[in-house]
Amino acid sequence: MSAHPGGSSTDLLRERRIERRVFLKTLLGATGLAAGSSLLAACGSQQATPAAPAKTESKPAETKPAAPAATTAPAAAAKPAEGKPAASGKPGGRLEMFSWWTTGGEEAGLKAMYAIFEKSHPGVEIVNQAVAGAAGSNAKAVLKTRMQGGDPPDSFQVHMGRELTDGYVAANQVEPLNDLYKSEKYEEAFPKGVLEIVQANGNYWSVPVNIHRANVLWFNKKVLADNQINPPETFDDFFSAAEKLKAKGITPLALGDKEPFASAHLFETVLLGVLGPDAYKGLWTGATKWEDAKVTTALENMKKMLGYINADHAALTWDQANDQLIQGKAAMTIMGDWVNGDYTQKKFNDYGWTLSPGTKGMFDALSDTFALPKNAKNRDNAIDWLKLAGSVEGQDAFNPLKGSIPANINAGKAAGYNDYLKSTMKDWTSHTIVPSVVHGAAAKDGWAQSYTDAINSFVTKQDVASTQKALAAACTDAGVCK
Amino acid sequence: MRQEADSAVLPVAATRPRASRRLLTSDQAIAIALVAPSIVAIAVFVYGFIGRTAYISLVRWNDIAPDYTFVGLTNYIRLMDVERFQIDLKNTLVFTVTFIILCLAVGLLLAMLLDQRIRFEAVFRTIFIFPLAISFIVTGVAWRWLETPSSGINLLFDAVGLDFLMNGWFTDPNIGILGVVLAAFWQMSGYVMALYLAGLRGISEDVREAARVDGATEWQSFWHVIFPLLHPITLTAVIILGHISLKIFDLTVSMTGPGPGFATDVPSLFMYQTTFFGSRFSQGAAIAMVLLLLVSILIVPYLIYNARNEVQR
Repeated sequence: MSAHPGGSSTDLLRERRIERRVFLKTLLGATGLAAGSSLLAACGSQQATPAAPAKTESKPAETKPAAPAATTAPAAAAKPAEGKPAASGKPGGRLEMFSWWTTGGEEAGLKAMYAIFEKSHPGVEIVNQAVAGAAGSNAKAVLKTRMQGGDPPDSFQVHMGRELTDGYVAANQVEPLNDLYKSEKYEEAFPKGVLEIVQANGNYWSVPVNIHRANVLWFNKKVLADNQINPPETFDDFFSAAEKLKAKGITPLALGDKEPFASAHLFETVLLGVLGPDAYKGLWTGATKWEDAKVTTALENMKKMLGYINADHAALTWDQANDQLIQGKAAMTIMGDWVNGDYTQKKFNDYGWTLSPGTKGMFDALSDTFALPKNAKNRDNAIDWLKLAGSVEGQDAFNPLKGSIPANINAGKAAGYNDYLKSTMKDWTSHTIVPSVVHGAAAKDGWAQSYTDAINSFVTKQDVASTQKALAAACTDAGVCK
Repeated sequence: MRQEADSAVLPVAATRPRASRRLLTSDQAIAIALVAPSIVAIAVFVYGFIGRTAYISLVRWNDIAPDYTFVGLTNYIRLMDVERFQIDLKNTLVFTVTFIILCLAVGLLLAMLLDQRIRFEAVFRTIFIFPLAISFIVTGVAWRWLETPSSGINLLFDAVGLDFLMNGWFTDPNIGILGVVLAAFWQMSGYVMALYLAGLRGISEDVREAARVDGATEWQSFWHVIFPLLHPITLTAVIILGHISLKIFDLTVSMTGPGPGFATDVPSLFMYQTTFFGSRFSQGAAIAMVLLLLVSILIVPYLIYNARNEVQR
């Protein structure tokens, strides 16, 4: 700029000033045009445009973003009125499915169900809205904002139980599925324990597609055999086995609680093992007090177990901890049965399983279910999707790939279920089913979160009394305990 | 000073006759028209949302279903009782203090070294400032690997016989947050170096010369002459680093999560989890307001200082 040779610098300045003015006017004019203002010509041609028009011109520009919103508003308003939407008249439309299945067997299972749906619904475009993140953590955040914002997907994945019933049901954001349960005879297809968990206020709210079990103790067969240890059934068995292994320099219990749900999960199985199914269920309904001496015992058992875990537990995720078991550095781990899928994927066969200490005959269940939001844009497609999800065909396509057992007791005869899944299916119909807290079945989000936080502190501080107090406070906070 | 002030007034005085004839000159009108959209946008999307957050923090919306029952400061009082939040505040304090001190010290040191007219200065400058080009998410992932106790830096220490330096890094409940500070400091110290280097280059050689003539040693001339001249830079750096550290979220999310016993937890992470995992919208809003308060404690004095300086000018 300073390199202009000759010429008065003031001339130059004046020139540039005019240029700026022209530029500004053009810019303003363009904004006005975009807003559909008719004042553009006046602005462009007149030298001294008074202030007032300029001001009003800025206003249309400002309301511009609102304009498209206004055009969509009638559509949004029409949605609830549609009831049976146009999609029912003509085949086609879309199906927007929301889930957190983005990897491995989960995604493969979901895609297998999509394939069936596409065959029976040619022309329907499936929009797969999957958000990655462990245990659906990120997906749940996205879903919550969409539901709050009045832009629900057509159907969404949600854990069976309180996560749904105390959450979206209480917020009046999902439709009851009683008609579907009647027409598809789901009351005969799902076990009583599940029907109890998916219903609230006398209505059914979601269709379970699979069942996972939380209370499983996995072990490296070779490591236990080498040390002449039988798979432990009680806490006493567990502790004596752990002592033996520790003396040999083997990590008795692999834990990876970088994501704190893992230690909260472990404690959930300990609670169940100490309290038994009825008292455990009572914890979540207020029938069992959190101040109970048995809860103290459970915390003490947990504390003792924490003495046998790997030192780097806080750096690992559950599957990285599982690698230690695969490598034979660790002997056992307590985790849900997605571990089974992890072994399959990592081609590790030398594993065995038993139930976590003290939980013989109990089935700590969690389930992925699908729910129907109110004002779903493609309601008919969504209902057909739910029918597929609950059907024998859909469940047998999904579950072998996902590594879970079907919730529908008529399913499971198809090929592809491995030995673990076959044995679990047998347990499913005979064991006492209890809801998992960490995985959304037993308590609402906020409570599960406080519970997990309390256990995360406990793993570090190992303070039984203060943790028990925090757990009791979480129950009060949730409005269940007085 | 007075002359400066006069000359500043002059152009305004020159336009006054025109301005009196009309309410606004066309230039001013255009200026207002151009600024208006952003003023409206900021009013709605910044201050409007701050207002809404403040409102939500005063109601009882701690489930998915909105509940607008006014409860006053209950959410704040209960928040202060939450153990996790107490740890978070402590972590934030430790993080902010160590992060700022480390960045300033190392940034200044690097800037002074680079200011010695060394060869390949541009190369070094690029190397030091390069981490800034990376997002905190990437930094977090890389440093998570480096600081994983069973791999990463510990193996290096082991190999060269510095066993005593091996530790749990971010997985150690006692020092966890410092592991995160290390990563943040790695990323930001180059930036502080750039700030200081610009400042040092702006100091005239005459000043140093004068100090030398007066018989000051190198150290004295740095401490009593150069460093005071760098105060505005230091202040800017503290403000920038301070608001980054108070709001830090992406780094802890990708690197550590809440950590064992919340060793690496920060208020923003707690806010995210309690709001979107726990559905406690009011509690999340209360945390947001506390964070806003903390940041404003840092920023407001700076704004006042700036405003005062501008008036003086």
